[in-house]
Amino acid sequence: MGGSPQQVTGTVLTTRRVDAYHALTVVAPGIAERFRPGHFVSVSVGGPGTSMVTRRALAVHDVKPDYGGTVEFVVAVRGPGTAWLADRRARDTLDLVGPLGRPFPLPRDPVNCVLVGGEYGSATLFALADALQRRHCRVDFVLGAAAADRVFGALRARRVGETTTLTTEDGSLGLRGRVADVLPGVVTDVHADVIYACGPMAMLREVTAVGIDFDIPVQVAVEEAMACGIGVCMTCVLPVIGDDGVTRMVRACADGPVFRGERVRFEDVGTIPFDALGAPGGGGSARHVT
Amino acid sequence: MSLDVPAVDMRTYLAHVELANPVTTAAGCAGTGRELSQFFDLGRLGAHTTRTITMAPRAGRPTPRMTETPSGLLNAVGLQGPGIEAFLGRELPWLAQRSIRTVVSIGGGSVAEYTALARRLADAPGVTAIEVNLACPNIEDRGRVFARDGAASAEVVASVRSVTRYDVPVVAKLSPDVTDVVAVARACVDGGADALSMINNPLGVCIDVDTLRPALAAVSGGLSGPAVRPLAVRCVWQVHAALPGVPIVGVGGVMTGRDAFELILAGACAVAVGTALFHDPLAAVRILKELEDALAARGFQRLADAVGLAHRPPGSGSRHLEESSL
Ligand SMILES: Cc1cc2nc3c(=O)[nH]c(=O)nc-3n(C[C@H](O)[C@H](O)[C@H](O)COP(=O)(O)OP(=O)(O)OC[C@H]3O[C@@H](n4cnc5c(N)ncnc54)[C@H](O)[C@@H]3O)c2cc1C
Ligand SMILES: Cc1cc2nc3c(=O)[nH]c(=O)nc-3n(C[C@H](O)[C@H](O)[C@H](O)COP(=O)(O)O)c2cc1C
Ligand code: FES
Repeated sequence: MGGSPQQVTGTVLTTRRVDAYHALTVVAPGIAERFRPGHFVSVSVGGPGTSMVTRRALAVHDVKPDYGGTVEFVVAVRGPGTAWLADRRARDTLDLVGPLGRPFPLPRDPVNCVLVGGEYGSATLFALADALQRRHCRVDFVLGAAAADRVFGALRARRVGETTTLTTEDGSLGLRGRVADVLPGVVTDVHADVIYACGPMAMLREVTAVGIDFDIPVQVAVEEAMACGIGVCMTCVLPVIGDDGVTRMVRACADGPVFRGERVRFEDVGTIPFDALGAPGGGGSARHVT
Repeated sequence: MSLDVPAVDMRTYLAHVELANPVTTAAGCAGTGRELSQFFDLGRLGAHTTRTITMAPRAGRPTPRMTETPSGLLNAVGLQGPGIEAFLGRELPWLAQRSIRTVVSIGGGSVAEYTALARRLADAPGVTAIEVNLACPNIEDRGRVFARDGAASAEVVASVRSVTRYDVPVVAKLSPDVTDVVAVARACVDGGADALSMINNPLGVCIDVDTLRPALAAVSGGLSGPAVRPLAVRCVWQVHAALPGVPIVGVGGVMTGRDAFELILAGACAVAVGTALFHDPLAAVRILKELEDALAARGFQRLADAVGLAHRPPGSGSRHLEESSL
């Protein structure tokens, strides 16, 4: 759990461009001290009296003890909210709520971990890598994106990981292709015991398939459109199979964003599977026992 | 500062049930209560309103369920919920143990289903009031929403009222998508509603001009947030004018204490906060404080004195303004 989330007015300490992304470091003591790898924060965008009533979810890239605690996140401009965030400057204030969601579970034993990141999804993997290495786990990275300027954290991955494999769809950096193309080779080479992944849903689906092929667990941090980030609006749901074998529409924000990959019914995201609990026509039987 | 502002008596009544203050959460916007209680003590609110509880568990609508709109959002959650059994087993007891005043919202596809739900709630401890969400498709009327039809609404309300304990008020929740909201309100009151709640979401559609498709999987969704506030104020105004004795819970786009005050001046004696909770988990307690300050700043000693005050004829003067320090 990691303690209950806080709402804080944070002050932007620094902003910088990192390739296609904007990195913001914000003084947010209550959040930094409760943070665990995999947590995210939600940000109000547009300032006081904003016409944008929903919050934006952002993964926490880094926390540092400076100024009582800072959090850093990495923003890709998508629409008006992220564009507003990209315009923030030092000393601006931000309304943050966090840490939110369920963090990555950590292995008890020193095992071999492959960390897979797509686009800005890799932002969430570095704090995880630190935590894994403190437990004497081996960490290898596979990072990918559409193009070189969208691969986030390649330098840091090279510094931190035993090996780092990069892929781009246009071939502008590393191997041409997708992370799932190279992942089987990496898993074999490093004798991986577990895969951690964060990135677009299509990537998570492919990474999970690799994990299933090798019969090793995959922990995925999913991304679903969110309005509240705290579990009250029920807009961020996806079909996930529970311990009892029953598929439920669960909240990515409060029940996730981290799930066991093989429990997420990726093929059925965006639908209500007929056998989900409460599906029209009376679903809910344990058809998908794993 | 707070020393020169006299405390305002914020108590209000939903029929004969006293609430410590008029601010409640809106149905479907405050989860099980546990989520918000990580941020503040829900017991500080006048009441917590549950999501609409149905007989069977419901998985809701496919995603995308939500899209942001100017000063609002469009949602098609589709009443996802655990069903009455799990609600009574896991959700209501948690609220009752903490003495959180709880308005249970119910929804069904037929009069019989609403009635069965109300029966199940009749001996459950911790039910402060029952809110009848009439914005549900009537399976016996080709899916026409009950709230569109005064007679169908009245039938549901009368049946729920007949199986509910006398000391538990029945609140009818109305939709604004009707030609005559007063007619539906009057039908519900005639059917036995002790109070009214308005407004539920008006329907809207958004089309994504990049994908050239509707933004929501369900195509249409309910609009909420500040964008609907004037619609809520209008409905409360009209119904209070026609039925001045009926308690009204005003709902729609309340983001600040001033917004809540507006609904109260229109005739609401309680105010529910929905979409604002998505934007600010502390919205409800902040709004309560801001409302109290707004009343105090205008010289009100009792919330009750402000209810419907905007209806007094022009030029009738305001003793409150004269007393005000502003
Ligand atoms: C757990 C999690 C972590 C994330 N981490 C990052 C990150 O580190 N860096 C980053 O750049 N982006 C991240 N995102 C995606 C980011 O939240 C969206 O890009 C952003 O909300 C879009 O807002 P907008 O106003 O620019 O776009 P709009 O499309 O105008 O957004 C409109 C509404 O839809 C919601 N929305 C739209 N797309 C998404 C989406 N993909 N995910 C969540 N909500 C969405 C917004 O919250 C808002 O309510 C993350 C999302 C989640 C769920
Ligand atoms: C995501 C969402 C879910 C809702 N679910 C319900 C519900 O289950 N039952 C109900 O009566 N109203 C529901 N509503 C309507 C609200 O209770 C409220 O009437 C409406 O949103 C207007 O208030 P607001 O602008 O403060 O949100 C929902 C609204 C939203 C935005
Ligand atoms: S974003 Fe609101 S419930 Fe998940």
